Amino acid sequence: MIQKQEIIEQLKEIIKPYVNDKLALNSLTETTDFINDLKINSANLVDVVLDIEEKYNIVIDNESMERMVNVQAAIEIIETKVGEKN
Amino acid sequence: MNKRVVITGLGVVAPNGVGLNAFTHAIKNGISGIKHDAELERLQFSCQIAGKPEISNELSLNYFSELELRNFNSSGILYGVIAGMDAWKDAGLTVEQNKNPDWDSGTIFGSGTSGIDKFRESIYKIDDFQTRRLGSSAVAQTMNSGVSAYLGGKLGLGNQVSTNSSACTTGTESIMMAFERIKSGHANRILAGSTSDSGPYIWGGFDAMRVCTFKHNNSPEQGSRPMSATASGFVPGSGAGALVIEELETALARGARIYAEILGGNINSGGQRGLGTMTAPNPVAVQKCIIDAVASSGIHSNDIDVINGHLTATSKDSLEIQNWSEALKRKGDNFPYINSLKSMVGHCLSGAGSIESVASVLQVHHGFIFPNINCTDVHPEISSIIDEARIPQKLVANDIQILAKASFGFGDVNGCVIFRKFNQ
Repeated sequence: MIQKQEIIEQLKEIIKPYVNDKLALNSLTETTDFINDLKINSANLVDVVLDIEEKYNIVIDNESMERMVNVQAAIEIIETKVGEKN
Repeated sequence: MNKRVVITGLGVVAPNGVGLNAFTHAIKNGISGIKHDAELERLQFSCQIAGKPEISNELSLNYFSELELRNFNSSGILYGVIAGMDAWKDAGLTVEQNKNPDWDSGTIFGSGTSGIDKFRESIYKIDDFQTRRLGSSAVAQTMNSGVSAYLGGKLGLGNQVSTNSSACTTGTESIMMAFERIKSGHANRILAGSTSDSGPYIWGGFDAMRVCTFKHNNSPEQGSRPMSATASGFVPGSGAGALVIEELETALARGARIYAEILGGNINSGGQRGLGTMTAPNPVAVQKCIIDAVASSGIHSNDIDVINGHLTATSKDSLEIQNWSEALKRKGDNFPYINSLKSMVGHCLSGAGSIESVASVLQVHHGFIFPNINCTDVHPEISSIIDEARIPQKLVANDIQILAKASFGFGDVNGCVIFRKFNQ
């Protein structure tokens, strides 16, 4: 099982290229919202999901993708999908 | 309200020069941008030479963010954005991060296809059941208006942002569309231009039609031979040209440098009637286009000092000369000087009209006529109409007042624009 803090650090690296507000990225927590807090272009969320899939070698279905609007949801989804794999 | 329309900025991404200085140097000195193309050879094309601008990743990063360049695979948009933003800066304009866009400035930036390599990549993914993995920019890169959409966003344009498409006439048409929009008072400033993707997927269809030369695979720089007796087909090219076209009073008010004035022009079609077909021009329409362009400019055909022709290096070059001669009623040593940029860059397809217009405007502004290379053996059908001395083989210093530029394209479409040295 990957540690939550580890996932947060990995997520930071993944979303870094898409974030316009670099300061907000440094203060990223579980409650950070991708669009409202980090100002990620909503179209780019698709790319973030693809990058997450690649990083963890998982497939994120459309329903999960819809839910994945903040760090907390992303962590949950990653944990679940990685768990299903093992 | 008779608005005058002028050109205040230029940008170019050409096979023989990226950026205005490199390009000006290249065309003055007859430097060819045609090279052997290993990919075309691997794919067993008949024509294995091409004109392709060289763009380093470092240069791209001056125009695109690293994020934009992730999974980016659209050469046409790359060339168009570089040429367009260069023209904007060359005009002394800045890129503002305003809340509102600039309502009086727009872009009409043409293309034939967009991101054909990205399109291919996407099609492979789709057929492999990977549609969900296309990423977010597949649409923006492959929609025909991709180039104008990218430019519109980078420059914050609030007027018309559109892409025109009329085969090899595209670039000349975009200038005429900009001219008319400004003339009619709907915009003060339009970034006009056009671009063409590079590579086998854009050039393959022409290779299949056997309209490209297959005789110069070992002598690429001699391959593009407009008006020559030994012309054996065109050399495929690519790139982009851009011109900032502006209403005169607006330009003067901000103290802009003025390269040239657009006096008028014409766009028409031969309707694929008479001798016109999908691929061959109707000479009646070509001549009418030239005649109407001259008339709309309020000049006499004798006023034209220089012609920058379409002249692709196919068997149609003689017909084009005949059309110019009959339309202008000028022949022999009374014919204007004439040149073809394609001798140096090949046929840049949808990018051709604007790259060649940039070369035309540079000639008017700096007072020179660039040499026709590979044309020491003028085609006898051409020399029977016009004096060979009107086809300069070397750089000529000439205080050009009026230059006519024309482009002709598949679909039997024509465009002609008249540039004049600016006099207040």
